[in-house]
Amino acid sequence: MKHRFAIATLALALALAFLAPMYLGRYGNNIMSLWLVTAVAAMGVNLIMGYAGQETLAQAGFMGVGAYTTALMIKGGKLALALPFVTAPLTLEWQPFSLLSALVASAVFTFFLGLLIGFPALRVQKHYLAFVTLAFSVFMWLIFRNEEWLTGGVFGIQDITRPSILGVEMSPSRRFPHRYTYFILIVTVLLAAAMWWLVKSPWGRAFTALRENTVRAESLGVDTRQYTLLAFAIGSAYGGLAGSLFAPLVEFIDPNPFTLEKSLLFLLMIVVGGMGYLSGPFIGAGVSVLLPLWIETFQSSVVNAGYKWASHASYIIIYALIVLLMIAFMPRGIAGAIDGWLTPKRRPHSDSKGATLASAQAAIDARKGDQS
Amino acid sequence: MSGHLSKNSGNAVLEVRDVSKSFGGVHAVRGVSFDVREGEILGLIGPNGSGKSTLFNCILGQLTPNSGNVSIDGKSVSGLRPSKLNRLGISRTFQLLQVFPELTVRENLILAGQEHEGTRMSRLFGKSDAGLTGAANRMISFFRLDHLSDEKASGLSYGQQKLLDCAMAFMAGPRLVLLDEPAGGVNLTMLANLKERLQAINAETGATFVVIEHNMEFVMSLCTRILVLAEGAIIAEGTPDEVRNNPKVIEAYLGH
Repeated sequence: MKHRFAIATLALALALAFLAPMYLGRYGNNIMSLWLVTAVAAMGVNLIMGYAGQETLAQAGFMGVGAYTTALMIKGGKLALALPFVTAPLTLEWQPFSLLSALVASAVFTFFLGLLIGFPALRVQKHYLAFVTLAFSVFMWLIFRNEEWLTGGVFGIQDITRPSILGVEMSPSRRFPHRYTYFILIVTVLLAAAMWWLVKSPWGRAFTALRENTVRAESLGVDTRQYTLLAFAIGSAYGGLAGSLFAPLVEFIDPNPFTLEKSLLFLLMIVVGGMGYLSGPFIGAGVSVLLPLWIETFQSSVVNAGYKWASHASYIIIYALIVLLMIAFMPRGIAGAIDGWLTPKRRPHSDSKGATLASAQAAIDARKGDQS
Repeated sequence: MSGHLSKNSGNAVLEVRDVSKSFGGVHAVRGVSFDVREGEILGLIGPNGSGKSTLFNCILGQLTPNSGNVSIDGKSVSGLRPSKLNRLGISRTFQLLQVFPELTVRENLILAGQEHEGTRMSRLFGKSDAGLTGAANRMISFFRLDHLSDEKASGLSYGQQKLLDCAMAFMAGPRLVLLDEPAGGVNLTMLANLKERLQAINAETGATFVVIEHNMEFVMSLCTRILVLAEGAIIAEGTPDEVRNNPKVIEAYLGH
């Protein structure tokens, strides 16, 4: 039943997603695109944290790397870098690249950057690891803000046009105003399918083993170092890809969407959406992107209906309250809660009446016992 | 040390030479040497804190010994990572139960075998079970867990998880298996089942076992040879009967 429910929901969601852009206006399309892009980055966080059990607070940084890489590549241009001890600045000039090549380049670049921040994970765990990745996030943000020759500093990079993809124009036209939404949707579906393939492959099993018991996994031949690095690399590449889709969507990037706060928001998304569930990032991104807007819209309609007092309640406070309640009552996230409702309840198996007692005793003995 | 006893035929699969390990001022293992011969079931007993588990961890790369050498088939394996050693055909269980609770019984077993099959890329693009469903099912039947194959490991009783833990150690067809307290917390019916299964694997595949165990009845009836460890050193070695009647062993267990 769980299986059938999942397939039916997926089919319905896909149908809705492909129909929606036609009925949503320009604003609606932008919101939907933003939701999808956010979900792609959250999928990466879900792989690193939900499946492989590592920590990351750097996803906004990777998204930024992808966005700046893409913006620089598809705009074309010229860079001049003044080097120490060299009189003539190093200049670099290039013609605009296609969006597809920028997507690939962003993914590859963030893959290798992700490998790099995976290395600390081989030495430190949990909160310590979170802090290392946090440092990376801040470091990337400082580069975005301060290295004006490369990123344009606080002014960012403007007028990023949506180039054509395989000969199909992406800029809004009268007949096809929402082509870029469809492009993002298709890429998202492909990336979600790739993620599904990955987590059900032996790699996914190895990631789960890594999360649940690294020492045991290692003793069974699982090279936990390689899998840790791979989880970081692939998860970060999803961040880079999200950034790469993001830049032509908003057509203007500055350092603001890539702050540490945004990295924390990704954490919130997969906690609320459901860690270790494929649907988790989509639900979580929805809660983070759509829910505040809905609350705001609902609030203004209440105010417009004559209830002036409603304007005093900040929608952010209502939003925070809803999120708090979700975490309190659905500790495994929304996807986890749905999974719980659909899983039939049953008693644990036991081999004899004494099994529970014996296992309790064994656990006590083991803890007291031989540590040598 | 009473190591190099070669009164039995059969090649040494595992050679441990002068291995020492200390934690700060505590000398957990002091210059231990012994051989494990092909196909035998060697018992490793000793009071709590005598260094048995530390010795296992030193042999298998979970800990790096301060000195000494460990060889498999005459080749030194010191410094190899546990995963690499496992792929060379040496596997183990841990003292505390270690199964993956969120994976099903079958997935636990597939995981235990998958890194021994194919390449990293074939594990990504190939079959999701790495072609191991058949082997996992055979192992499940062998350990009589058939009715549980699609249950999450967390839903099993302690004894059943213990069996699964053992089954995982055998999944990749290892030549040498180190079992750390396989009988701990297992009830009597399960225990007989476990002993019989271990003996069957030993007889069928000729795999070599080293077993740490506190349950004397279990270890004496399972093993062909027994080493006694006390305060990090080997104090006795012999057949179960010899060890049982050795005054040094009795003293080590009963205290001074």
